[in-house]
Amino acid sequence: MYVAVKGGERAIDNAHAWLAEERRGDPSVAELSVAQIREQLALAVNRVMAEGSLYDPDLAALAIKQARGDLIEAIFLIRAYRTTLPRLGASEPVDTGAMACDRRISATFKDAPGGQVLGPTFDYTHRLLDFMLAAGAEIAEAPQAEPRTAPMPRITDFLDRDGLIQPEAPSDEVPPDLTRAPLDFPANRALRLQSLARGDEGFVLGMAYSTQRGYGRNHPFVGELRVGCVAVEMEIPELGFAVEIGEVVLTECETVNQFAGSKTEPPQFTRGYGLAFGHSERKAISMALVDRALRWEELGEDDMGAPAQDAEFVLSHADNIQASGFLEHIKLPHYVDFQSELELVRRIRAEAAEAGTREAAE
Amino acid sequence: MGLLARAPAKALDEVWTAFGEEPAFTWLRPPETGGVMVRGRMGGTGAAFNLGEMTVTRCALRLADGGAVGHAYVQGRDKAKARQAALVDAVMQTERAEDCRERVLTPLAAQMEAARRARAARAAATRVEFFTMVRGED
Repeated sequence: MYVAVKGGERAIDNAHAWLAEERRGDPSVAELSVAQIREQLALAVNRVMAEGSLYDPDLAALAIKQARGDLIEAIFLIRAYRTTLPRLGASEPVDTGAMACDRRISATFKDAPGGQVLGPTFDYTHRLLDFMLAAGAEIAEAPQAEPRTAPMPRITDFLDRDGLIQPEAPSDEVPPDLTRAPLDFPANRALRLQSLARGDEGFVLGMAYSTQRGYGRNHPFVGELRVGCVAVEMEIPELGFAVEIGEVVLTECETVNQFAGSKTEPPQFTRGYGLAFGHSERKAISMALVDRALRWEELGEDDMGAPAQDAEFVLSHADNIQASGFLEHIKLPHYVDFQSELELVRRIRAEAAEAGTREAAE
Repeated sequence: MGLLARAPAKALDEVWTAFGEEPAFTWLRPPETGGVMVRGRMGGTGAAFNLGEMTVTRCALRLADGGAVGHAYVQGRDKAKARQAALVDAVMQTERAEDCRERVLTPLAAQMEAARRARAARAAATRVEFFTMVRGED
């Protein structure tokens, strides 16, 4: 039973005033601007955009500032904001094959056509704290080379051409949208991918890791990981044709996984797919592994009872805003509820004590 | 329209302001910010799914002189940028089109191409060739 309480307005106002002061921190230290967060904490901004499910770097940076760096709180702010936006439409599916790649690597093909492009990566760094950064050292300009203009072919296309990997049938069917209709089970792959794309990075990572450790193992290789800018096109009703309405940075991961085959079909590699806003590699790879694990049924695999195979379990718990909303509400006033429980416990104890005395007397 | 949609607001503002005084117009649809659901494809080539939204600002206007109609759909929430983009779209349908292309669109395209090349050049410098040194077969 829910019981409303009232009062506390002044204390709440004062708490929020103090929050604003604490957010600012020591006033003798220069204040962070939203542009500084957008430019210099770009990966935090990317995570807030991916899980906030709204691509707008300035808004994500503002949310991070307002949330004092609490990324889940920032994601909450973005989710709340996005509900106020009228939906102008849906884009054409983006063509990640035409991506202007900052980074493109394959762990399966050493001599990938188009080459391995490392991009601005943490890989191969020594993970030693760089005290020069604290000292504010000048940064040398990054070396440049002759840019390549040819599009980067998709690694899985090579396997696909030889029939060695399960094909992805193109379709222009309108996908279900969990922001418009509540998540319902069984969830098809489009719905699962949408849910994973906005799911908590830590949760999706944990689920993906569990498959690697043996709970629904599916032997993934990173066929390809690419990061870069893609154009977004949308059909404009008043014009009657599709125009580019912007561009977004995306991270895409395609995994190549162990075979499926049957009496009628020769063995083939299978796929997992991850796509996330911004430069979000850990998220995209995790998403691909979990996507693959959730496909067990359509690929004719056994239900091993692994958590990552259970769509209802994974998708119902992947959203950090739903999760933290339900989790954190229990810290808000529950005095009346608790009083009734306390009353109940006291009564049970009194009855038990009375029964005990009666037995002793008998 | 794609170029104007992607152009940074500041860059568009600079070239548009340099182009001269803003022509008079009436709104057909004043600037409105909303969300567009961005879709991807499974495996990059398969069936579509909803990835997440992006902010977009749109507007439409009619020039007072000549009545050319301009539309804009621009990325982000900048209403001034949407207005300028729609004005460029409208002016591109008048006799000032050539002038506008030369002084607004071409410099914008050049700026954005330079930024794209700068990234592509840095990416190209990180291309690697991995050599197989020893195969662990013993």
